[in-house]
Amino acid sequence: MFSLASHATDMTDSDLRQLSQQLVGAKLKTLPSIVDQFEAGGDKVIPLLDAMLNGRLFVRKSDKLIVIGERQQAGDYTLVDALSAESMASSSKKQLKKVKVNNRIRVQLRDVISRITLYSKNRDIRKSAVKNMLNKMSDRNIAMLTQAKEVETDADIMALIQLALAINTLKTSNVQADRLVALETMDGSLEPLVFNTLSDLLAQDDAGNNHELDELVLTKALKVKDSIQQKIKFYEVIEQLFFGLSLGSVLLLIATGLAITFGVMGVINMAHGELIMIGAYTAYVVQLLMPNFIEYSLLVAIPMAFFIAGAVGILIERCVIRFLHGRPLETLLATFGISLILQQTVRSIFSPLNRQVASPSWMSGSLDLNPIFSLTYNRLYILLFALLVFFILQLILKRTSLGLNVRAVSQNRSMAKAMGIRTEWVDAMTFGLGSGIAGIAGVALSQLTNVGPNLGQAYIIDSFMVVVFGGVGNLWGTLVGGFSLGIFNKFLEPLTGAVLANIIILVSIILFIQKRPRGLFPQKGRAAG
Amino acid sequence: MNAIRNQFSSLHDLREKAPLFLALLFGITIFASACNLWVPEDSMFYVSTYTITLLGKYLCYALLALAVDVVWGYCGILSLGHGAFFALGGYTMGMYLMRQIGDRGVYGDPILPDFMVFLNWQELPWFWYGFDHFWVAMLAMILVPGLLAFIFGWLAFRSRVAGVYLSIMTQALTYALMLAFFRNEMGFGGNNGLTDFKDILGFSLQSDSVRVVLFLCSALVLALAYCCSLLIMSSRFGRVIVGIRDAEDRARFIGFKTENYKVWLFVYSAVLAAIAGALYVPQVGIINPGEFSPLNSIEVVVWVAVGGRGTLYGAIAGALLVNYAKTRFTAVFPEAWLFALGALFVSVTIFLPKGLMGLFKGRKLFSGVGLPWLKGRNKGEETR
Repeated sequence: MFSLASHATDMTDSDLRQLSQQLVGAKLKTLPSIVDQFEAGGDKVIPLLDAMLNGRLFVRKSDKLIVIGERQQAGDYTLVDALSAESMASSSKKQLKKVKVNNRIRVQLRDVISRITLYSKNRDIRKSAVKNMLNKMSDRNIAMLTQAKEVETDADIMALIQLALAINTLKTSNVQADRLVALETMDGSLEPLVFNTLSDLLAQDDAGNNHELDELVLTKALKVKDSIQQKIKFYEVIEQLFFGLSLGSVLLLIATGLAITFGVMGVINMAHGELIMIGAYTAYVVQLLMPNFIEYSLLVAIPMAFFIAGAVGILIERCVIRFLHGRPLETLLATFGISLILQQTVRSIFSPLNRQVASPSWMSGSLDLNPIFSLTYNRLYILLFALLVFFILQLILKRTSLGLNVRAVSQNRSMAKAMGIRTEWVDAMTFGLGSGIAGIAGVALSQLTNVGPNLGQAYIIDSFMVVVFGGVGNLWGTLVGGFSLGIFNKFLEPLTGAVLANIIILVSIILFIQKRPRGLFPQKGRAAG
Repeated sequence: MNAIRNQFSSLHDLREKAPLFLALLFGITIFASACNLWVPEDSMFYVSTYTITLLGKYLCYALLALAVDVVWGYCGILSLGHGAFFALGGYTMGMYLMRQIGDRGVYGDPILPDFMVFLNWQELPWFWYGFDHFWVAMLAMILVPGLLAFIFGWLAFRSRVAGVYLSIMTQALTYALMLAFFRNEMGFGGNNGLTDFKDILGFSLQSDSVRVVLFLCSALVLALAYCCSLLIMSSRFGRVIVGIRDAEDRARFIGFKTENYKVWLFVYSAVLAAIAGALYVPQVGIINPGEFSPLNSIEVVVWVAVGGRGTLYGAIAGALLVNYAKTRFTAVFPEAWLFALGALFVSVTIFLPKGLMGLFKGRKLFSGVGLPWLKGRNKGEETR
């Protein structure tokens, strides 16, 4: 970057301030020379130039300060300092004077902005500058890219620049060898522009004649296009797989709690969905309580949701379920009644409207692996989180004394009791654990959908399906069941549409249960009871 | 032995109760109809057409509850999907009524119902053919839900899916159907369902006398279904069904093909539910996919639980009672209805496992009968 002399001298802030004040009252004649000087300002002046280009740069009449104004709906302008980006008091239109530009200066501004960004010290800014140019390939841009190529050090950006030049060569050059080399460069690139260029090149007119006459170039282009197409297909499959895994992780999260209460304890908890909803509302309330710490609110919400949903679960167990022991159909009805009560409670407290839980910045955005394939962070984190919860639960069940007691009670209640285990206490704790995990699932769901009183209802059938499909009483079955249903669903969706895919899945699970009534991984031996 | 004799005596008891039930049912319906048709409007005995329609709706619900009681009370199959059969019956009737609109729809197309014109469909889908004849619709009303119940029941009972699994499967079934019927492409009006009906068999649905006739029809069908169920349950078939409920393995070992018994009972029950749906639709004037929602089906179960399962008349009483309460509650405190319904679910299962009928009947009717869900409770009573 430092090799170009004109960009080497960095201007100090006061220099820039002085320069920007020259814009006050500048004539259109003198503007070009001022704009040219801005180029030495680097990244710092981009907002100013950008605002100037879009007619948002103003002089405040009171103190002759250069500001960027954003028009509000009320008609006033909110102002920020053009250089330091500090917010200032908003002001009416009368107190501002626009810095006028004409078309000639606009062209110059675009050039200057491109040059600044193309030679910026920040790698991401450079990359996005090249990408912008890739989509607007003018002679001027090509010339600039050719220059920039000389000094670029980053391999990624270099490749992008070369790609842009190659596309240009392919389009404009008459030399066969150059064009073949250009095609070679384009081979395997996933930039949408490359694919479009090749499609244009291979296009035929209505009579079926090729627009392109050079046979050699044509066959080569066809080959390159095929290989790119294959790559695109491959990534499409990978993407679907990721979506499937993401849906599977949601299913896993919502079903894990149920796998405990239904699978291990044998209790049908129709209020499971509402415990998820309670978790989601906990995330919402925590965010309301700490509006200045959105970044950390989720980390607070997870344990809170676990304890609140767990406490509600223990309450349900103590007040209702323990009286219905050994009567599964009655338990089903009673817990359904509880789910109605919980729903209406939430509706009365929070209103029936959907609420939105804001995502912290570390969960928004996406991980771009290549131009057509990216993983959104929220889905990625939820996938990891679901696995984490699952394995922690496995640890609890396998390695703690609570887990030992839970397994003992689920395998042989009376024997466990005879050995001195407080089965009542274990029941309450198990139910609390399952409910707490439902609460955690609710926090995760709040990042994917809006939070409303009907949130739980939407998931209850799905979560039962996962548990029954995977095999009751088998946590690993729930894991496999959740992910396979998620992936199956996402691969079906493009063929049939979302709703029909859902129906097909439900029907196929119904049929599957006829074939294997105990699910994918049935319990064997005495524990199967 | 004692248990079996008790079972017979209770059936005998029920058969003696039938005339009382029928007299009560017809007495009230005929009185209400007469009061609607022939009593002047300012009289204190006048029954408005709105009330008649409401009562007709309750009777349809009672029939649906009866259908659930037949499978749940007598065979221990807790179906959380009977709303699906109810809605399917309703849709077949809705399709007939839709075709009866003819060119009086908003778009005035002589063949296509309004929603199809709206969706730009050019011709009637094949499954709508024949629905302009009443008898075709009636046949479909019995065949479609019957066939669905047969296939589902055959698959489920043959592979011995029972108890809670079966309940969840039935719930998934109705949920899947709800999703399907919400789709516009299905050709059943999508989200809005079928509505805006004009007349049935040439009589206007808006007139008071047609409403009264529909109400009387509902009562008649309910009475028929009640007597028919009573006969079935006191026949040999019914006794095997009760045997299956109490000890399915034992019944199987004795040599009964229990799955066949269960399938046919399930089909019978589904057809009853479908008839209820078909009677329901002309009275309320709309059928939409919301009827498939799992909540509706599970509400029916609570009607039966409130009334008392395994008695038939208990289910009917429960349906009438809970629905009357619902009408009053939702008018006065709409917010409180779900609280009340939820509390009803919980309290009935914990405190009233035999329902209200069990409360009135005392212990005579059920004591000694080996109902699986009463075992624990009876034991508890003994130790107390």
